[in-house]
Amino acid sequence: MTRTICVFLFALMPVIAVADLEIFACEPEWAALAKEIGGSHVNTFSATTALQDPHYIQARPSLIAKVRRANLLICSGAQLEIGWLPALLQKANNRKVLPGSNGYMEASAYVVRVDATGNVDRAQGDIHPEGNPHIQTDPHNIAAVAKPLAERLMSLDPENAAAYAAGLEDFLGRWHDAIETWEAQARILRGARGITHHKSWVYLERWLGIEEAANLEAIPGLPPTATHLSRLTKQFEQGGADFIIRSPYQDARPSEWLSERTGIPAIVLPLTVGGTERAQDLFSLYDDIVDRLLTASKHE
Amino acid sequence: MRGLLALIVVTLFFAGFGSAEAQESEIEALRAAVEQLRADYDARIAELERRLAVAEQSAMQAKRTTQSTKGLQAGTPAGNTGSSAFNPAIGVIFQGQAWNFSRNPDDYAIPGFPFGGEAGPVDEGLGIGETELILNANVDDKFTAWLTVALALEDGESVVEIEEAWVEATALPAGLGMKFGRFFSGIGYLNSKHSHTWDFVDQPLPYQAFLGDQFLDNGLQFRWLAPTDLYMEFGGEVFQGSRYPAGGNADSGFGSYSLFAKFGGDVGANSSWLAGISYLDATAIDRPSGDEDDPLVFNGDSQLTGAQFVWKWSPNGNWKQKNFVFQSEFFWRSEDGNYTLPGGTPLLYDVDQTGWYAQAVYQPVPRWRFGGRVDGLSTDSPGPLFDDSVLSRPGSNPMRYSMMADWSNSEFSRLRLQFTRDEAGPLDDTQWGIQYIHSIGAHGAHAF
Repeated sequence: MTRTICVFLFALMPVIAVADLEIFACEPEWAALAKEIGGSHVNTFSATTALQDPHYIQARPSLIAKVRRANLLICSGAQLEIGWLPALLQKANNRKVLPGSNGYMEASAYVVRVDATGNVDRAQGDIHPEGNPHIQTDPHNIAAVAKPLAERLMSLDPENAAAYAAGLEDFLGRWHDAIETWEAQARILRGARGITHHKSWVYLERWLGIEEAANLEAIPGLPPTATHLSRLTKQFEQGGADFIIRSPYQDARPSEWLSERTGIPAIVLPLTVGGTERAQDLFSLYDDIVDRLLTASKHE
Repeated sequence: MRGLLALIVVTLFFAGFGSAEAQESEIEALRAAVEQLRADYDARIAELERRLAVAEQSAMQAKRTTQSTKGLQAGTPAGNTGSSAFNPAIGVIFQGQAWNFSRNPDDYAIPGFPFGGEAGPVDEGLGIGETELILNANVDDKFTAWLTVALALEDGESVVEIEEAWVEATALPAGLGMKFGRFFSGIGYLNSKHSHTWDFVDQPLPYQAFLGDQFLDNGLQFRWLAPTDLYMEFGGEVFQGSRYPAGGNADSGFGSYSLFAKFGGDVGANSSWLAGISYLDATAIDRPSGDEDDPLVFNGDSQLTGAQFVWKWSPNGNWKQKNFVFQSEFFWRSEDGNYTLPGGTPLLYDVDQTGWYAQAVYQPVPRWRFGGRVDGLSTDSPGPLFDDSVLSRPGSNPMRYSMMADWSNSEFSRLRLQFTRDEAGPLDDTQWGIQYIHSIGAHGAHAF
């Protein structure tokens, strides 16, 4: 009997020894980044998929159950998740991941946010006073978040600190090489003009030197209206833009409609990991974004 | 002479032509130079911009890193200074309606189910419902607090009511949660929903008949969330017992208690569900119901068991584009005690009742939603002593059928049209109207 118990305990040992960190990411890019750095020491879960508008999801029971067991919560922040994350935190009874604790991390706190404005009015639409939260469309931002994320992992799981440090170094090495490649490939995009569905791409545009010609949404966050679209048709009838960009979760009709009438190609860009078949991790995400932009700009 | 003139003209002509040609090529050269300059500048400016961005980035990164080591989260830098820095989030919700009845709503009553609390038909004609002022903030690292003040007009008088005033402990270990103060009970599905999140202008019949519209009271709530992938929440509450279906602060002011359990999860990427059961045990001392000026009085025990099921669907979980919600609740109530009819003596009353509703709301495109609801009640007969009284069993089970369509310009504004065929009272009634729900200021995230 004693022997059986001993065998049983030994069988359990590895399970006890591996103190995996449970990471709850609000968006897939942060889950992917945590996996790049943490490797087998972390279990990652993403609350949203690339096919969902991260502004608007339901505070589902399954997500509350995940937050309940998380050691670290990483979200874009800057009010992107204001419509659902507070409801998850309120119900999840997990003090380790409440704002202010070590287990709560807002990625946008570690980058330079654009369009931050102190003076907001809801008549301007669904704008984010703390700046545009779609920071993941610039790979330099991913690099800027990687280091503090690794630091969090180290402080939450000091036993594996060396592994996280190595993971960070390895990732940043490969990442900076990849950035150089993307920047070289995308050099010809500099000065191109893009129409975007929502202001989801301002960081990408700043990174690659693309000019934002217009948005399909007349007011941020509100669906594109017929009047605004016909105004855009007039404005871009003679050209004046190189592509119309939308994310996979956005309604295809407005951009296709405008594309038909102006001849400007409408393209889908993966806003995050999983947005297209090819974008399966952070590297292939940017490979795909850059390729899709290059293809669209050659189309002319 | 003529030849000379011709020569001059020809010369001038060619000279002119030549100079035009020269100008043309000069312009070309200039244009090329400008183009070259522009290209150079573009490249240099782009390079400078990039370097600036990188510099900004690393500066910011350095700053954030120092902050992160202190465990701080950066919001917008500065802006809030002095005593206003810790102001709570403030929101105001405006609700009102224009409502029509085919019969006089003043006489509205459902036989066998005298309404208590705040239950009853919507105000007739143009009216404003409750205007809610909401303040909430973290108290410190271990507590958060919430206040809802309801401002209403009752018979032309302004009434201020504390609807919610609770403090929640956020730092409890092991998945425990605790709330105390005045709050909506966690029983049922709709009970803890604020009226601005309802899908119809009014609560379904079981909530009106059994809970006085919504059960809220002063009390203490404990919740525990299991550490499992399946959502499993268990909770219990103790209440003062001042509000319908309790009354009179029985048991020295610990007059009611409740228990509830909720389960939920996802089915694929499109669907999610929540199911629950709940139990409320309320003790009533001199609890009034029915006609406000001439009420019935109940003394005894009121037990309410509930079961709920909610199904939400949206393609890929992308809620904004398209979604569908089905929800249904059943309630079983047992009241045991005595009722005193106006001007009468207490009569023994021991009756079992049921109430239910089922509703579906579909949002086919952003902004527009369409919904339907059926709600009904049924009751045992309380016996011959109550014949011809408002507590007698109705000839047929009370039922209502409602349809609504609403339009939301943003998540902060909503206009709704609703039709209800009310077959709950002795005479059928058609009710319809337009409702508005608007909110300004901070607006908390909505629960599932």
